[in-house]
Amino acid sequence: MYIIVVGGGRVGYYLTKALLEEGHEVLVIEKNQAYCDIINEELGTICVRGDGCEASVLAEAGTARANMLVAVTGDDGDNLVACQVAKHKFNVPRTIARIRNPRNEILFKKLGIDITISSTNVILEQITDVVPTHPVTHLHEIREKGLEIVEVKIPQGALSVGKEVKDISLPAGTMLTLIIRKSQKPIPPTPTTQILAEDQVIAVIDPKLEDELRKALRGMS
Amino acid sequence: MKIVIMGCGRVGAALAGLLDAEGHSVTVLDLDSYSFRRLPSSFKGKSLVGNGIDEDALKKAGIEQADAFFAITQGDNRNILASQIAKHIFSVKRVICRIYDPLRQELYESLGLESISPTIIFADILKKKLEG
Repeated sequence: MYIIVVGGGRVGYYLTKALLEEGHEVLVIEKNQAYCDIINEELGTICVRGDGCEASVLAEAGTARANMLVAVTGDDGDNLVACQVAKHKFNVPRTIARIRNPRNEILFKKLGIDITISSTNVILEQITDVVPTHPVTHLHEIREKGLEIVEVKIPQGALSVGKEVKDISLPAGTMLTLIIRKSQKPIPPTPTTQILAEDQVIAVIDPKLEDELRKALRGMS
Repeated sequence: MKIVIMGCGRVGAALAGLLDAEGHSVTVLDLDSYSFRRLPSSFKGKSLVGNGIDEDALKKAGIEQADAFFAITQGDNRNILASQIAKHIFSVKRVICRIYDPLRQELYESLGLESISPTIIFADILKKKLEG
């Protein structure tokens, strides 16, 4: 694939490195000469200096034949415009924008940016992951299907403790896919698997039913 | 009319003064309170420190009741982002955006964003001057 990365800062650098390792053709557009030099020296001459929001720069970069444009500067406005110009002027099939203000997610979607990644939300999720009181952790989102994979930790004293999977009333469509138990191999649950306190249960669910799942597995009385 | 102006530079301050003098209810938003020194002493509207690309700051500035929104900071992309928030999130009836880069201005105009490129306009004026 031919991928254009707008923004050659830390995120851009490591993204480019990873994409190159996967065998993609990558071109980085970066305003700052010093960042350009680092990339060109360390990753090969694949960085051009310029404003990735400017149509002339994008034209020169061969954006018209790009399969994807990823905008990862630290500025939401810059990322939005780079993606919009790529999409509307060069018909790039897939545009991805990094956003800092999570609220912009709705706007970017409305404006036709294919994928948005909120660095703030990603960091928040990582932190809530390690905060032990957090009941349901989001592991992965399967957007096309409207599903997500979550992890639920079973607390001491929950009503589900000691019950078999078939006896727990889970929200419709929920699939318990794995139980991770201390000092044991992960268990793919069957209807007769018993839930124990301290289990980490991995489930595939409709995000709207998350609260019901939490009640079913962690409810106390 | 209720009008929100983002960016209190020379243009923003002058525009705020003009609209205020005509009796409109004007709120000016800028990142730096020092910019408000440019507002005329007769200005009766509100001046608010805040980031126009932040929904909360826009709400504080009264964007939900605004009839018109102007984005005239120095940054094209900031203006574009704020204008699209005003238009698509808050459904402001009239949104006008300054975009220095003529190519970008052309693109956003074609996408339905009312925008002005002072670059082209000024170049044109200079040319006309020469032609007398």
